[in-house]
This record gives sequence, C-alpha cells and structure tokens, in this order.
Amino acid sequence: MRYLPLTDTDRQEMLATIGAATVDDLFVDVPEVARLDGPIHGLPMHASEMAVERHMKKLAAKNLVAGEVPFFLGAGAYRHHVPASVDTIIQRGEFLTAYTPYQPEIAQGTLQMLFEFQTQVARLYGCAVANASLYDGSTACWEAVAMATRVTKRKRAVLSGALHPHYAQVVKTMAHFTGDTIADALPAITPDPELAGLIARIDEDTACVVVQYPDILGRISDLTPVAEAAHAKGALLVVVNTEPVALGAIKSPGEMGADIVVGEGQSLGVGLQFGGPYLGLFAVRDPKHVRQMPGRLCGETTDAEGKRAFVLTLSTREQHIRREKATSNICTNSGLCALAFTVHMTLLGERGLRELAAENHRLACIAADRLAKVPGVEVLNNAFFNEFTLMLGGKPAREIIRDLADRGVLGGVSLGRLYPGVEALEHALLVAVTETTTEEDIERLAQELEASIKETV
Amino acid sequence: MNAPNKSGWKPEMELSEDGMHNGPATTTGNRALMLEEPLLFEIGRAEVTGVDLPPVDANAPTRLGGLARSEAIGLVGLTEPETVRHYTRLSRQNYGIDLGFFPLGSCTMKHNPRLNEKMARLPGFADIHPLAPQSTVQGALEVVHQLGHWLCTLTGMPAVAMSPKAGAHGELCGILAIRAAHEARGDAREVVLVPESAHGTNPATAAFANYRVEDIPATPEGRVDVAALKARLGPDVAAVMITNPNTCGLFEKDFREIADAVHAVGGYVYCDGANFNAIVGKVRPGDLGVDAMHINLHKTFSTPHGGGGPGSGPVVLSEALAPYAPLPFIRQKDGGEFYLVEEENREERGPTFGRMTAFHGQMGMFTRALTYMLSHGADGLQQVAEDAVLNANYILRSMEDILHAPFAASGPCMHEALFGDKDFTEGLTTLDVAKGLIDEGYHPMTVYFPLVVHGAMLVEPTETESKAAIDQFITAFRAVVTRALDGDEALKQAPYYAPRRRLDETGAARKPKLAFEG
Repeated sequence: MRYLPLTDTDRQEMLATIGAATVDDLFVDVPEVARLDGPIHGLPMHASEMAVERHMKKLAAKNLVAGEVPFFLGAGAYRHHVPASVDTIIQRGEFLTAYTPYQPEIAQGTLQMLFEFQTQVARLYGCAVANASLYDGSTACWEAVAMATRVTKRKRAVLSGALHPHYAQVVKTMAHFTGDTIADALPAITPDPELAGLIARIDEDTACVVVQYPDILGRISDLTPVAEAAHAKGALLVVVNTEPVALGAIKSPGEMGADIVVGEGQSLGVGLQFGGPYLGLFAVRDPKHVRQMPGRLCGETTDAEGKRAFVLTLSTREQHIRREKATSNICTNSGLCALAFTVHMTLLGERGLRELAAENHRLACIAADRLAKVPGVEVLNNAFFNEFTLMLGGKPAREIIRDLADRGVLGGVSLGRLYPGVEALEHALLVAVTETTTEEDIERLAQELEASIKETV
Repeated sequence: MNAPNKSGWKPEMELSEDGMHNGPATTTGNRALMLEEPLLFEIGRAEVTGVDLPPVDANAPTRLGGLARSEAIGLVGLTEPETVRHYTRLSRQNYGIDLGFFPLGSCTMKHNPRLNEKMARLPGFADIHPLAPQSTVQGALEVVHQLGHWLCTLTGMPAVAMSPKAGAHGELCGILAIRAAHEARGDAREVVLVPESAHGTNPATAAFANYRVEDIPATPEGRVDVAALKARLGPDVAAVMITNPNTCGLFEKDFREIADAVHAVGGYVYCDGANFNAIVGKVRPGDLGVDAMHINLHKTFSTPHGGGGPGSGPVVLSEALAPYAPLPFIRQKDGGEFYLVEEENREERGPTFGRMTAFHGQMGMFTRALTYMLSHGADGLQQVAEDAVLNANYILRSMEDILHAPFAASGPCMHEALFGDKDFTEGLTTLDVAKGLIDEGYHPMTVYFPLVVHGAMLVEPTETESKAAIDQFITAFRAVVTRALDGDEALKQAPYYAPRRRLDETGAARKPKLAFEG
C-alpha cells in the first residue's frame, strides 16, 4: 500500500494514545447492521503501479485518438494545440495540490492567477467583470439564465434555436424544477441566423434572450439588434460562446450589447478529455450586476504592511454564508482548468490570439471551399469562424459519420445526433477546423466524404 | 509526541522585538527565495507572444460576415521563458498538499498520486472528443462503466449517475431525482429538511431546486436531533439531507432510524457523501437507507483539487430514484459493446429528469479515480478509512487536554476532529490560531465551520500522513493554542512569515476591484 505511511507499529502506538484496543473500536458508532466486516466482494485487491498502468493503457488503446487521424469534430469542444509549458505549469504541485484559497496569505499564487484570469476573460468578452470560473459552458449558461431572472424579477427565458442543444437541455431541465418558463425553437436551415424571429419573441415578461455566437451551425451575425430589442423590453441579452478562439477574430459580445456573456473555455489549454473537466466562463458587462453573479470572485486588496494582495471576495452572495438565499449552490470552480486557460492565453497574448484565430479561419475557408466541391455537398453558411455546416443532399449524416470513422476519418458531428427526430437536420454535418488541421487532412476528408456519399443509400 | 526540529532553527533567530523580520530591506522587495511577482498586465506586452504562428495576412479573404474585430482586446503576452517564470514564481506563493500537512476539515486534502496524472494524460483518454462515434471510444466508456461498478459496490447502491461535475452539482442531481420521483407519482412536496450542521451547499441546493428549506437542530452531542426531525416529518417533506459522517466529525448513529421514518412518510434520504473517506470499505450507505449520495472523487478518491477545482460528484441512487437519473448514461450490450443512452435513444431513456451538463461529466477525473481505486484495491480502501479515522482520533486525543473539544465525550470521531475556542484569552480567536499555524509551516484547519460550534476548528489529517508528520503538527498546534490560552498578543498579527501578512478582506468587499485596470 504505497500511499499509506503508517506502519503497524505506528498504529499500535497511536491506538495506545487514544486508549482503544483495535481500530474497529473507533467505528463503534456504526450500527452493527451497517458494518462491512471482511473483504468486499466483486472488487480486486491492490495492484502495483506497473499492473495498474498496464490495465489503464489497455483501456486507452481501445480509443481512437483524435490526433492520429484527420479530425473535424467541434460542436462545443475543439482540438487546439496546447503549448507544452501549459501542462508543466499546471502539474506544479503548488497549483495542482492546493485547495480553494481559503487562507489567502498562503494562496497568493492561485489568487493572483485568478485575478489575471478574470481580467483576461472580461477583456475577451468585452465585459467589466468575470468570475473565477464555473464547471463548464452548459452549466454557466443555466447560471446566466438564473441570474437574469434574479436581476429582472421575471421568469421567462427565450432561447435561440441555434443554441447548442445540450446547453438548451441543461437550461430546460433546470427550469422545469425552478418553475421558470423556457421558450425555445429549432434552428432554421438558412444561411443566416434567424434573429428577426428571435426578436419577435421578446416581450414584457422576458427575463433574457439567450443567443449563441458563433451558433451551433457555425453561423455568426451582428447581435446589436437583438441587444437593442431585449433592452427595449427590459430584458437582458445572454450570449453563449463555445469557441473563445473565435473572439480573436470577431467582435466581442460585450461590444454588441450583451449583458451576460458565458462560454466554454476548453479550447484554450484544457484539451478534449472526452468532455471534461472543462471550464465555464462567466462575465457581466455592467459592474452593478456583480452581486448577482454566481461563483467565486477574486478581488484586489492590501495586507497589513500595505502590500498588494488578492482574496476571494463578495462571498456574502455565496452558499457558505447565505445558504438557501445564495445566488447559486456552486462551491467548486474549475481552478486548474482556469490556470491552463490563463497560461495558454498568456503565451498567446493579443498578437498570438489574433494570429491563432486568423489561422483557424484561413484553414476553415480552405476546407469550406474544398468540401463544397464534393458532389452532393452544399456549405450552408455565409459567415463562419472555424466551424460550418454541410448539407449532404439527403444523405443521413449519422451514417456518413460512422462510415467515415470506419475509413479512419473523424469527419465531424452529425446534427441528427444533437437534434434527434428533427428531419431537416438529419442530413446536416457540422465540420470544425483548427490550426491542428492540415491541408492534407482536408483533402482526405473531401475524398472520403465523396466516396462515402456515393456508397450510402 | 514531541518531534524536535532538527534543522537548528530557533524562533529568536527570525523575529526582532517589533515582530518584524531582521535584516535590511531589499531593493527589489524580494527575500532570497521569496520572490515578488508583478501582475501579468504589468509585465506583458500586446505585441509579444510565446507561440509561433503564421503572421496575419491582412489581405486574406474572410467570411466573418462583416464582424471582424476592429478594437484591441486588451490582452498582453509573454514569451515562453517569461511565462514559465511568471507562473513558477506565483506557484511559490501557494501552499499545497505536496508541500506539507493540509488538515482542512471536510475538504480531505490527501496525497494526489502522480500515476493518476500520468494515466489521465494517455492520449487514448486525453485526446478524444465527447461526440466521437461511440465505436471509437469504447475504452473511455468502459472506464466510466468500471468506475460506476466500484462506486455502486463500495456504497451498496444499485445505480450511479456519473455526469455531475462537482459535489454541489451532485447534490443538485440527487435532489432533482427526488423531485422527479415525487412528480412522477403526482405527489407535490415543498419542504427539504437540512440539519444546521450541514454544508452550506445543502440548503442552497434544495433552494435552487425550488424547495423550502427548514433547519433541524443538532443535539449537544453533535448529531442530528432525531426527535426534532421526526416531529417535523409529514406528507409535505420531500427529503432530508444529512451529512454522514457529519461535519462534527461524528457518525450519525441513528441514520437507519431516521431513514426509516423519512421513508414512512413518503420522503427520500439524501446523504451528503463529502466525508465518505472515513467509511469507504467499512460501511455501505445503501445499508443505512440512503436514496441518493454524491461522492466527491477529489476527496475520497484523490483527484487533485487544483486550487478550487475541478471536482467530480457522481451520485449513487436507490432503486426508487435510479429511473430518474440524468442523461447521458452508459449501457452495455450483450456482446460487450458499450453505448450511451442520450436524447436520441428515446425508447431507452425512461423517466430521466433530463440533462445536467453538456457532455459526460468529468472524464479526466474518472480516469484518475479509477487508477487510484485499482492501486488501492478493495483491501487498500478499507485501510484508507481505518488510517484516516485513526489519525483523526490521535489528534483529538492529543489535543483535548488543552483545547476545548465539544464532542470528545460523544465517542471516537471519524475522519476529522472538531475543536472550539472556548478557553482562549479574550481578544484572541480561532483565526489567530489559524494564522499562527501558517507561521509554523502548516496550512490551517477549517475554521468557523461547522456553525454549531463557537470558533470551530475542524482538523482532518487524512490517511496519507505519517505518524511523524502528525506528531510534528501536534507539537506546533499545541504551541500555538498555548499562546492563545496565554493571551500572546503577537498572535493577533500573525502570519509574520507568509508571502503576505493579514489581508484587508473588508476593504476588498467594500470597494471590489475584480479586474486589472490600466
């Protein structure tokens, strides 16, 4: 038992100090009926480091690694190159093995990092204040809706049909239990987002309008009219972003009038990890909304010698003080993922993020042009960043995806999987391109897609 | 008991009469290996980058729909060496479990094995997409399946929901399943009972799920007042949320009796499993009548908490609640193939309450936790609970002669020992002891929690501390407590040796400065 430092001699000495004969005497308050004496059936005994490694590697080997094949999946999780120094920094024990910074005098490293992270996120989103991270983009999206209902004292949220359907599901699940009403829709298969329809659904009872940017089909559009329409009715505009790299190329949501901006930070530093842990980003444009925000906030202050220092602050909004009156039940944030994000962002800087965004967009343009030439394929989008939708001329995208996987290409995400039962989207394939995509990968996808479409009835 | 300091250090070598450091001030503000670090925004520059990317071609065609960014974002960059140095310097302002004893009660700061990290980074786990075709991620689905099997077996529960992303998210999952189960039988209930010793997340969770929260008092022995709880039970009570072992560090002896009474009125029992560390392999919560319990993988199963997260909070569920578990969940076909039940397999969904998060939960944490479980095995996990409880009781009994231990007479504690500030000289507080411990090289224990004890100090050593390390802590803890009992005014100014002295937390809240300006 390599992780347990007590020896049997230690245990005996300690029991003597305690005044107990055996360790089981310490479990005396556990009723007999609930005691598990003897071995646990159905689980193996302890194993050496080497044996465990062998077991886990066998399981890992059953998975097709994204980096080993032409890879085009997105839909809220993107494969970007993460500089090597990001992982070495997050593995420093002082970051990796620290807890929530409850004792700020010996947690300045985490706290200063979070303060810098908050600043980066706020600027990226065009907002005044960001929090110190939430679980992921989808739960942050629900927290934004919940915050909007607190701010406006209204209970109806209008969701864009082109919001990531999983995000919409999370919001609807929660709203069902809180009694909030959710108005949603399906995305129209048109080159441009259907913002006019969205604006028409805003009324005097609307707490917020939730729009994704770029949206689930990869489309981008000026959100200023939605913001104006929402504000005219006293509602807030919530903008969801699942690809922060895009904001190196396109206008920030705050610049277009968003009141709350939330998103998924996985793209920077965190990696795919089969869906988690990811990083929920959350920011507000107007500083007066700060006390309604969920989650942890790090603030600047001074110490007894007047030196600048950082501390978790405004905790009177939080569950450990306000209990049932808290703005959220959230306790954990996603600190280590926030560190990965902020280190990656620091390495990029303004110039690097812009160059990275431009490279993503350049390759996406090449991919869209090449894939449009595949017989039977049409690119839906007029405007996009690094992700766009292909219409497959009546072929079922789910089958095409499976067939492409058999051909050694991870060709994208079928919108049929995300919108089950919606016929119009059965033939839509969402393709994402990043700086890790090569022009050879694009060519390979085009060729295999052409072959697959020909062979699929 | 006394572990002498062998380095030759003596207190008078460091402190002058005014309590300040000896020696002249330095020009930089640094002190040898204690290095100050400016903010990123004070040292970074907009034009500097630490990655090599092709320069932007201003004339390249774009399809950005006229939305190209025209304004600067306001970010700054550092080159790679500057980046590594910036964050390395920051890291040195932090206390972590790798550095020393971290007895933060109810937070369970145990050793984080590096094998877990290595396994989570295998490209077969780290570099796969959550929406990849399921035929290409069979190994990942098997990890979730195996981990679920361990959790169900260890807790004696029939089902587990894997997607909750942290303990509090798991609480929400359990409470929503309870709400869904009541709704399914047309039984609208409004109240959730929460003992006052509960984690603040419990009442916040119940309120977030639109329940009215009512407190249940604790007995003078530090356990749920069973009589008060039973008296409040009725057809309007949806659930009771109980932490076991509880936040006073005690096992709730009457848990089964409480559970039976709650079930008798049609309610459900939520158990906050944050302290599962103390009973893993020794007690199966399923045998106690639990309907839902979250398990913080970062606490019991050693996934690192990274300065505040990520966590991971799978929830085990009873037969009654299992059908309402959130999407997605994993099933196995007869032939062995794993597959996900999600929105599209409608026929298999059952009455699930819906989806809590975009993807499958904290996969990276699952890999770490399973690695840890396989390393310990069933036998090792039993030893984990025994050693954690042994260490905590050793601290309780080694301190109770000088430090008020309100529940020491109630019997052994579980994984954590609880003390109060009753005997301190007036003017000195629990916080002063905590800050004094910082100067001794320790991360302080949890302070002022649970709320039922005045000036609470909750000490949780965990099973990964050696006897020598605990003895050394006890020596230091006794010394600082003695100073508090003796009225040592210098304690009010502690810490003296931390990277920062005591912070102005009130000022931070009064005039919040939450982002760098300039």
